[in-house]
Amino acid sequence: MHILVCIKQVPDSAQIRVHPVTNTIMRQGVPAIVNPYDLYALEEALRLKDRYRGRVTALCMGPPQAEVALRKALAFGADEAILLTDRAFAGADTLATSYALSAAIRQVHRSLPIDLVFAGKQTIDGDTAQVGPGIATRLDMQLLTYVSKIVSLDLAAREIVVHRRSEGGVQVLKTRLPALVTVLEGINEMRFASLTDMFRAERHPLTIWNKDDARIEDATKVGLKGSPTAVSKVFAPTPTNRRAEIIETHGGQPIDLAATLVAKLFSSRPDVAFAINPSLTPDRRSL
Amino acid sequence: MSEHFDAIVVGAGPAGNSAAYTLAKAGLKVLQIERGEYSGSKNVQGAILYSDALEKIIPDFREDAPLERHVIEQRMWVLDDESCIGGTYRSADFSKPPYNRYTIIRSQFDRWFSKKVRDAGALVVCETTVLDLHMDGRCVVGVRTDRENGSVYADVVILADGVNSVLARKAGFRGELKPKDVALAVKEIHFLPEQTIEDRFNIKGTEGVVIEMAGKITQGMVGTGFLYTNKESVTIGVGCLLSDFKKSGIAPYALLEQMKAHPTIKPLLAGGEMKEYTAHLIPEGGYNAIPAIYGDGWLMAGDAGMFVNAVHREGSNLAMTTGRVAAETVIALKAQGKPMTAPHLAAYRKALNHSFVMKDMKKYKDVPEVMDKNRQFFTDYPRLVSQAARTLLTVDGVDKKTKERAIRKAFTGARSTFGLFADAFKLWRAFE
Amino acid sequence: MTSSPAQQAQASRPAGRRAAKLDERLAGYKGVWVFVEYERGQVHPVSWELLGEGRKLASALKVELAAVLLGPPDGAIQGFCDQAVQYGADLCYLACHPVLKDYRNAPYTSVLTELVNRYCPEILLLGATTLGRDLAGSVATTLKTGLTADCTGLAIDPENRGLAATRPTFGGSLLCTIVTLNYRPQMATVRPRVMAMPAPDPARSGRVIEHPVALIEESVVTKILDFVPDDLIAEANLPFADIIVSGGRGMKRQENFRLIYELAGVLGAEVGASRPVIQAGWVGAERQVGQSGKTVRPRLYIAAGISGAVQHRVGMDKSDVIVAINEDANAPIFDFAHYGIVGNAMTILPALTQAFTEHLKTLKRAG
Ligand SMILES: Cc1cc2nc3c(=O)[nH]c(=O)nc-3n(C[C@H](O)[C@H](O)[C@H](O)COP(=O)(O)OP(=O)(O)OC[C@H]3O[C@@H](n4cnc5c(N)ncnc54)[C@H](O)[C@@H]3O)c2cc1C
Ligand SMILES: Cc1cc2nc3c(=O)[nH]c(=O)nc-3n(C[C@H](O)[C@H](O)[C@H](O)COP(=O)(O)OP(=O)(O)OC[C@H]3O[C@@H](n4cnc5c(N)ncnc54)[C@H](O)[C@@H]3O)c2cc1C
Ligand SMILES: Nc1ncnc2c1ncn2[C@@H]1O[C@H](COP(=O)(O)O)[C@@H](O)[C@H]1O
Repeated sequence: MHILVCIKQVPDSAQIRVHPVTNTIMRQGVPAIVNPYDLYALEEALRLKDRYRGRVTALCMGPPQAEVALRKALAFGADEAILLTDRAFAGADTLATSYALSAAIRQVHRSLPIDLVFAGKQTIDGDTAQVGPGIATRLDMQLLTYVSKIVSLDLAAREIVVHRRSEGGVQVLKTRLPALVTVLEGINEMRFASLTDMFRAERHPLTIWNKDDARIEDATKVGLKGSPTAVSKVFAPTPTNRRAEIIETHGGQPIDLAATLVAKLFSSRPDVAFAINPSLTPDRRSL
Repeated sequence: MSEHFDAIVVGAGPAGNSAAYTLAKAGLKVLQIERGEYSGSKNVQGAILYSDALEKIIPDFREDAPLERHVIEQRMWVLDDESCIGGTYRSADFSKPPYNRYTIIRSQFDRWFSKKVRDAGALVVCETTVLDLHMDGRCVVGVRTDRENGSVYADVVILADGVNSVLARKAGFRGELKPKDVALAVKEIHFLPEQTIEDRFNIKGTEGVVIEMAGKITQGMVGTGFLYTNKESVTIGVGCLLSDFKKSGIAPYALLEQMKAHPTIKPLLAGGEMKEYTAHLIPEGGYNAIPAIYGDGWLMAGDAGMFVNAVHREGSNLAMTTGRVAAETVIALKAQGKPMTAPHLAAYRKALNHSFVMKDMKKYKDVPEVMDKNRQFFTDYPRLVSQAARTLLTVDGVDKKTKERAIRKAFTGARSTFGLFADAFKLWRAFE
Repeated sequence: MTSSPAQQAQASRPAGRRAAKLDERLAGYKGVWVFVEYERGQVHPVSWELLGEGRKLASALKVELAAVLLGPPDGAIQGFCDQAVQYGADLCYLACHPVLKDYRNAPYTSVLTELVNRYCPEILLLGATTLGRDLAGSVATTLKTGLTADCTGLAIDPENRGLAATRPTFGGSLLCTIVTLNYRPQMATVRPRVMAMPAPDPARSGRVIEHPVALIEESVVTKILDFVPDDLIAEANLPFADIIVSGGRGMKRQENFRLIYELAGVLGAEVGASRPVIQAGWVGAERQVGQSGKTVRPRLYIAAGISGAVQHRVGMDKSDVIVAINEDANAPIFDFAHYGIVGNAMTILPALTQAFTEHLKTLKRAG
């Protein structure tokens, strides 16, 4: 069994700040991390490997520094790590990203056939959840998004059964391999690598591919050139000039504060009052 | 795990990185272990980088190290509640390459350094904490980490794990840190657009300014404040002896808040956004606080060995130098086929004695004591000095001579003439 | 190298100019489409919200607004065509086939792309639901066109008739506007509860265009073995809750969440949470409100022990009334809440539970 996991290195968006005056991103010192959602995908792949044996390959498209993300994948137990890096990829949107990644996956597949491709639910910087479906479509693989559980994998019959989170419930889906799975958060807990694994990860030679190595012939399909979308404007959200009305009472006892708030809500916010007590109005869904 | 290394370096701060780099460059089999997510992720520093120490390790570091600004101007400010008096040294000389001092952001700088260590051939393992030293009798033979299969062995272990050095304390190489020997520093980074920084500090390109501050800002505690300009941010911080913080009950962040509100400092930060707040200890006990720095199978470098020159706010350069010299000691013994025993490793201490490290540490060995015993340096004098300046600079019809007399009176009123002389003498002695 | 919009912005400054000229072939793409999400006999409300938004875009462009409905020939689906018209559509493309009974990526992608290729809309909008995102990603890739996810604002650029899609980036700290260059259709997804629900107009009428589907079940690889509805596993439905009581890290311990549940019980509310609470495992992930959780728009949102970080805020600040309980008078949440109580959630929450209970009792007695 061979699973390929797509991981992306992203800036830790919790630490990104926007300059209040100039509205520019201040990226100084913002650490890069492995997209947290991708770690669930990696762990799930590793669990399947533990169960069925086989190999896990981690693939990341990014700048040379993204090596760190791949080393992490290796430490957790990935067997191979490929960094897809080329100046030509800069400025790619999801369509161009999925093009480059699927070319690389095809290339991996040529040397060792792939049964499953795993991706995260979404990235925390792009946040689009489009790259997974994009890769599946390009590689003509069955697509299983928002997978919350892998129920069974039958390598002989080349079938996989999963739970897929959908609106209002969970779909139990069966499909044929090769398939692309995007993994929902919280499905598992990441392992803690042993010191031996850490050593191996540090020493393992990374495979570094440029666009030719990935056999990308059409350079107009990658990077900025291959991106149908473009950012025309970046701006800060208009701040609400609202400042909460702070409830205060004499003595500030919780019960008095609470009673004051409740009275206020019911007297000045009829909509809220109706929501709390529908009997107050016949039609509260009219808005 | 039975793998054996020539040397294990604990910590990836400037001391550890210098040691690991030097060892690996010499072809030794080196393992470096860092508990942070990456080298620099946990490190706090002002930060000023002194070129000389790094140049001796990586001569062409300027080519790709993440340097913020080169320092062309140093201001020394003495602050009273409302006012500020001080001196500025700015020299065109400082703007001639190669530059002597730079501001840096440690998390980025350390990461760069760590990459150099890796490229030199050391095995660098992060997110791994060394819990214990493995001993064979009195001899350190390896370390135990918090990971599964977490023990690993080496001929020598270099402890570069910073001021707290839990390991050295656990192993009994060092006593508990005394609150009077460490300063607690808090600092913040405030982001500002490059243009604003250049305008506010009268600099251009990669020029930078350093401001050292003393006076009322430390509210009578032994300590100083600092402000450094980075490319797109300003670092501001203040540090005081831990023992003083304890005694005064002042919260470190409250101290920093107050300092930022000072009318001289506030406009320098206006409009910026605070990004990170960090607190860290600085060993300031000086020469007298330096513990044993070598023993059977181990060496200690950087903050772990209390190598900080508090007067000149030098630490990273001492860390780099001690790290390098420790490594060179090991390399030499290895080449001679000698075991890493205490008598042989004593060469480390000897080499340091001959370097600026011990010479400087010795020179200022009495400073901590003098500062501690002469609180007026942090209370009365700043007030008096700024009063004097105000008196002199206020044009109000009073003749200058009368003014001078008033100033003199103010000084001797606060301290006897003898006291003043004694203070001057003490200071001179301490720094001389 | 990455697909983050803001990073892309840097690389693509001149890109705006690239947009200038549209191929003649693409100029033939006309009309605004909204994909109507029909599953298990129901239409997802986000589809109606999108028709409301689509109506505005279509009017700005002076073109028709079409609803696209895919599903099984179950008799009910026709009725939803009428509803789509009431919500603003001028016409409805209807594709019915047993293969389309429950959502599966492959057949839906195939039918929707076929429709697009046949009728050539210039804009195609979908809900950013698990279905919509799954489908949109595949359709956009098949059509080799641009797709902007999770938009919070849609507008027409009067200069070039292009769609300007605005979405949060960098964890919500910034917004960016994305345009689709020389590609059509321009696709976008929008989260539920971001756009206002339009009022249906029963007087409206429109056409229905039925599209034949040439698929056979045997050709569909993925099979649906079962469907377990949320009601059975008691999952929360936060996006459509009228009242939400949310707790954050300030609740300190899992046991304290009981106080949240008690207040929610009295109010008939759903329970929500900030991310640290999910990470600590105090409540299930489906209750996370915010950028990487659910967008909610209740009448009343009570936040206890939540600081109001931007990633949380973007998921709830469209609530009609926000009440914040926080110990720290300077907590950012007070900058956008309507009412605030500065105090310990552990004592305020039980007091609120009591106060609401009593108030409701009085009302009952009175009414
Ligand atoms: C606010 C402030 C401002 C300063 N300004 C300056 C300045 O301007 N110029 C200057 O030269 N110096 C300055 N210093 C001092 C300087 O930062 C230190 O002297 C220097 O960082 C010491 O380097 P080090 O390598 O010994 O220790 P550190 O930089 O503290 O590195 C120790 C490393 O060891 C790791 N570690 C610790 N324990 C373990 C363990 N058990 N297992 C694995 N890893 C471990 C830590 O994570 C850390 O990365 C300043 C210090 C502070 C606090
Ligand atoms: C990519 C990314 C996506 C994210 N997505 C989300 C998301 O979808 N949703 C989300 O919520 N977060 C998200 N976050 C995390 C977000 O940045 C914040 O860290 C998080 O919202 C903080 O949660 P909190 O307010 O509960 O905790 P804190 O920020 O720790 O705040 C706790 C608050 O409780 C108050 N408090 C403490 N004790 C008491 C008491 N006894 N009584 C009353 N008040 C008390 C404190 O004053 C404080 O304001 C995301 C972050 C990233 C990087
Ligand atoms: N540059 C990249 N390299 C590797 N995998 C990626 C990359 N970008 C996106 N992915 C994968 O696609 C998923 C969805 O990304 P996104 O569409 O950007 O939200 C991620 O969770 C990753 O698994």
